[in-house]
Amino acid sequence: MTRLSPFRIGQIVRKEVRQLFRDPRSRPILFVAPLIQLLLFGYAVNTDVRNTPMAVLDHDRSAASRRLIDAMEAAGYFDVVHAADRSAELVEYLDRGRATVVLEIPPRFGRDLAAGQPARIQLLLDGTDSNTGTVALGYARRIVLAFGLEEGGRLELLEAGPRLEPRAWFNPALESRTYNVPGVIGILLTLMCLLLTAFSVVRERELGTLDQLRVSPVRPAELILGKTIPVTIVALVDLALITAVARVWFGIPFRGSLMVLLVVSLLFIISGLAAGLLISTVSKTQQEAFLTMYLVLLPSIMFSGFFFPIHSMPELFQWLSYINPLRYFMEIVRALFLKGAGAAELWPQFGALLLIGMVALGWAIRRFARSIA
Amino acid sequence: MNAAVSVRGLSKRFGAFVAVDRVSFEIGEGEVFGFLGPNGAGKTTTIKMLTGLLDPTSGEARIAGLDVVGDRWALKSRIGYMSQLFSLYGDLTVAENIDLFAGLYGVRGRRREERRAWILEMAGLAGQAGRLTAELPLGFKQRLALGCAVIHGPPVLFLDEPTSGVDPIARRSFWDLIYELSGHGTTVIVSTHYMEEAEYCHRLALMNRGCLIALDRPAVLRASMSEPLLELRTEDPARAVEAVRSLPGVTEASMYGRRLHVLVKDEERARPALAEALRAAGLEIRSIRRIEPALEDVFVARVRAAGG
Repeated sequence: MTRLSPFRIGQIVRKEVRQLFRDPRSRPILFVAPLIQLLLFGYAVNTDVRNTPMAVLDHDRSAASRRLIDAMEAAGYFDVVHAADRSAELVEYLDRGRATVVLEIPPRFGRDLAAGQPARIQLLLDGTDSNTGTVALGYARRIVLAFGLEEGGRLELLEAGPRLEPRAWFNPALESRTYNVPGVIGILLTLMCLLLTAFSVVRERELGTLDQLRVSPVRPAELILGKTIPVTIVALVDLALITAVARVWFGIPFRGSLMVLLVVSLLFIISGLAAGLLISTVSKTQQEAFLTMYLVLLPSIMFSGFFFPIHSMPELFQWLSYINPLRYFMEIVRALFLKGAGAAELWPQFGALLLIGMVALGWAIRRFARSIA
Repeated sequence: MNAAVSVRGLSKRFGAFVAVDRVSFEIGEGEVFGFLGPNGAGKTTTIKMLTGLLDPTSGEARIAGLDVVGDRWALKSRIGYMSQLFSLYGDLTVAENIDLFAGLYGVRGRRREERRAWILEMAGLAGQAGRLTAELPLGFKQRLALGCAVIHGPPVLFLDEPTSGVDPIARRSFWDLIYELSGHGTTVIVSTHYMEEAEYCHRLALMNRGCLIALDRPAVLRASMSEPLLELRTEDPARAVEAVRSLPGVTEASMYGRRLHVLVKDEERARPALAEALRAAGLEIRSIRRIEPALEDVFVARVRAAGG
């Protein structure tokens, strides 16, 4: 294969941009539709909470503290994923999103409880996911209350039962919007990449212009670049627009770095473009492309953790979600907005996105080249 | 005569279906070469193989000495292609379409200006470069598409049913352009199912069910029908065909609109026999005369002879 010609790529890019902005029907899709969706999605989503990952730091290591931890786990609402030795570990678990709840039991817990003194425990919640946070907090309260009654009934410590001091981090008011709006970015970027890429190819196949390009000296790789560069630019403009509206209109905090957001979005867009190209290779008509797009889009949203927490899903789907780039993008974007996390905490998600993007892109380029050669 | 195109044993199979079956021919430089046949005869598939849009299942084809599979990329700049779908972007202006194809074929600088002016002039679109292509009448779109297909001055041009859907006048003026290109040395390969259009070709390949059933100049093909052809007019041509078809001495009888074309072995003996057969069927002959066979008659006869 000879070298790619930037000149020919430029010709295709210019043509694509002209077509994108000329069609009075497609123009609003580019920038207005994402904003409308953002406004719609900006409001509540209900989530059921099970198996919430919990990290525990037990300074007391008494029979009473073990009974409390057992009680937390027994109902199936919490999974103890880590028994920590130091407070710093708890914070780290929250920061990396490996635990949604952390429980810290102070050294004198068992003795205070036995002695009838007010016993205190501390529960820290990751409020990034407000729904999970709120619901998990409710469960924790009930479990602790029941525990106190049970222990107290025997020890007559009813009045001095353990007092829970909840503090939701990152999203103190536990507003669902704060959690949902950053997630919408992922959904809209997916939608734009799939839609624009797949349709720009399939429309040409339908009209016969694709054959006209195929007999010309333009190489498949040049055609791919010429078609995906404009989509990438549109997606990045949408990203900026949505981020700005999220901050200004919804007042969502953005605590991370914009540079990291840009890099991670580019990584994510690669997967979206690849999926769009793959859809174009299996679709002869725009209708087929539309249906295929939904077959891809819906599961990727379902198993991204946007609507339903992944740890509440059957195990099979939890495994499947590992190949879903949107899952990682969701985690990263939420952490960027709400926790101010950076590359140091998020490198596993970065790595996963990069890997998935490269594999998908390689596959898409090979299939696309074969479909037009 | 140098061979601009040389094809040997070219075949294309889609599963069990044989779209093109061991086709061989040579086309000289500057020749206008036609493929004539009904839909599904394999014309478009043959052109797609020659232009690199489809890979042949077997056989070999060379254009300007280059192999259509092995030298695919070198060949791109030496051929032009225009399909029955007008492969221009309706949402781009006339000038934007021209500039796009100029760019893709590496036509730049002053040459691009010259070519653009030539295309606008040739397509009758001078002063309308800023119009959206979708708004142009069909005939203009076709001429613009032809201009874009030859923007790089390719020695070989493929036209796949280029005039479907346009009126006879626009078709005639389109053919003037084809002759002009041919006159400047461009080899033109054109497929059609219009008989009148086939007459315009220097040489004609008749295709049916993937096979090449005849190949020659249109006049030679017509003259090749040695048996006399009679044209009859009666009241009910459908019944008349049934009445004369199985007569001894009748090779072929078919309806052409309100008329009957009857291919006979011997004109003098056939005339009274036909009259008698029609009278027996209660039909009267309004007129009967011997005519020169048209390409359509040749085509029908050849298809029969080939067992189709």
